[in-house]
Amino acid sequence: MSGGMNMSASIPATPAKPAMPGPVHIRPALELQDASVVFGAGDKAVTALSPTSLKMKSGDFLALVGPSGCGKSTILKLVSNLLHPSSGLVLVGGKEAKAKELRIGMAFQNPTMLPWLTIEQNIMVPLKIVEPFKKTFRQDKKGAFRDRVHALLRQVGLQDFATHYPWQLSGGMLQRSNLCRALIHEPDLLLLDEPFGALDQFTREELWQIMQNLYLDRKPTVLLVTHDLREAGYLANRICVMSARPGRIISDEPVNIPQPRDIGMIYSPEFVEMTQGLRELIAQVRST
Amino acid sequence: MSDSQRIRLLSSSLIVGFFLMWEVLCILLNVSDLVLPRPSEIIVTMWTRFPVLWPHILQTLYSTLTGFTLGVIIGVVLGVMVGTSKIAYAVAYPLLVGFSSIPKVAVVPIFVLWFGSGTTPAILTAMVICVFPIVVNIATGLATTEPELEDVFKTLGASKSEILWNVGLPRAMPYFFASLKVAITLSFVGAVLSETVASNMGIGNVMMTASSNFQVSLVFAGLIILALMGVSLYAAFSWLERRVTGWATRGNDIAVT
Ligand SMILES: Nc1ncnc2c1ncn2[C@@H]1O[C@H](COP(=O)(O)OP(=O)(O)OP(=O)(O)O)[C@@H](O)[C@H]1O
Ligand SMILES: [Mg+2]
Repeated sequence: MSGGMNMSASIPATPAKPAMPGPVHIRPALELQDASVVFGAGDKAVTALSPTSLKMKSGDFLALVGPSGCGKSTILKLVSNLLHPSSGLVLVGGKEAKAKELRIGMAFQNPTMLPWLTIEQNIMVPLKIVEPFKKTFRQDKKGAFRDRVHALLRQVGLQDFATHYPWQLSGGMLQRSNLCRALIHEPDLLLLDEPFGALDQFTREELWQIMQNLYLDRKPTVLLVTHDLREAGYLANRICVMSARPGRIISDEPVNIPQPRDIGMIYSPEFVEMTQGLRELIAQVRST
Repeated sequence: MSDSQRIRLLSSSLIVGFFLMWEVLCILLNVSDLVLPRPSEIIVTMWTRFPVLWPHILQTLYSTLTGFTLGVIIGVVLGVMVGTSKIAYAVAYPLLVGFSSIPKVAVVPIFVLWFGSGTTPAILTAMVICVFPIVVNIATGLATTEPELEDVFKTLGASKSEILWNVGLPRAMPYFFASLKVAITLSFVGAVLSETVASNMGIGNVMMTASSNFQVSLVFAGLIILALMGVSLYAAFSWLERRVTGWATRGNDIAVT
């Protein structure tokens, strides 16, 4: 159960100029040090997250699984600085989480598109806010940036809906747009909260492959929350399992299958065995 | 014929029918011109006196629109100030509601006292009377913005003003435009009222003078002009509202093939 821990143990506490060659510029490492979140105070206090520690290397792809309500979304909000820890520390790139310092792409659990903008304009939002795109936004929004949005929309099969409004799309379509918005500005840190939840199996598998290619292409650090163990196993390098509410991380295992992975792999006996193991683990923590 | 066409036809025939009834009843009951002139007489008066009435129409329009514009500017600034801070919203809301429930007509004598009679009190009344609905609506629109929408920008590291421009203000637009419709009507009422009491220009004043000279059909001509102006102003702003904030009403056009 603790087999995966040796991996994170090798990460330096601060990513001070890592000796390793490789990535062109330093990817943010991410660290939670006994971070906890408590909502409210006194009798009404709700512990959303028990003190949790977690380290991620630059370029890691970590999948976070666990029963509903255990605090997975809360962890993502801590990392993206939407929430502040009630205790402990959240370090992103070795510094305390400050959204401004690095490019974060976040796909929220509920697709939150601005209703007054078309899908295309919604997906362009990060380009409007984040440097270096912000500088040239005015010139490029009708040209280069729009092409970029359309290319991404084509990948997820929404090319015909660029100029539609969010309320004209189905739940799954919105979720795909939501994913596009998280990816458009080539973030260094990707936070994905059940991004494929509302999709049918085929679309989902298609998007997994797209996701894998995008990941291997740019190697961002990815934190993926999911309920789908096959999704976790197919995409991630590491799978963390959280206990029931209020959650902690109770298992942290690497996925030792070389990438790129073939989608057919998820039906292979070894893979099924691995997901079975995770399944049992979650079944255990749910009942306790 | 579509539903909307049928509704339009019905409401126009209702209006025409109303004036026909009026005409017919006046003739049948032999009502004196000095009490209630017939619509045909009123139209004739409007037509023959139009050259005299025109400058007054412009004057009323000028007071209304100037006061309204000032009111909108003040209202937007105050509304943004109140709406962007949760504390300011909670603290100021009761005061705003209190203010907006004062009959603003009561300020006319005060403005006359300060500025004398004429255009100034008309503009100021038009302004004061329309500020509060705008403040309340903008503040409500901003204060009820879904935090999830703001979170999208926060994770990207957007500044407070970027969030205001990209989320808060567009989100408050439907509220703002809905309040403009109300505000322009109020401004118009305010301007006419002030002209009636303290001015020698404007349709309000024309009606007042005509009434003291027993030019009854001119009084009614003024009334009809006011109604037409009020309706046009309202229509202009609801057209603008539909143009700008169509997203909030979501056209439900289901294609029938
Ligand atoms: N704003 C809030 N106020 C109070 N409690 C909250 C708030 N947000 C979350 N919680 C609580 O924190 C706990 C963890 O919530 P979180 O959204 O992180 O769960 P989750 O693991 O993402 O669940 P799911 O898989 O269903 O999305 C929940 O039990 C919830 O009741
Ligand atoms: Mg969640």
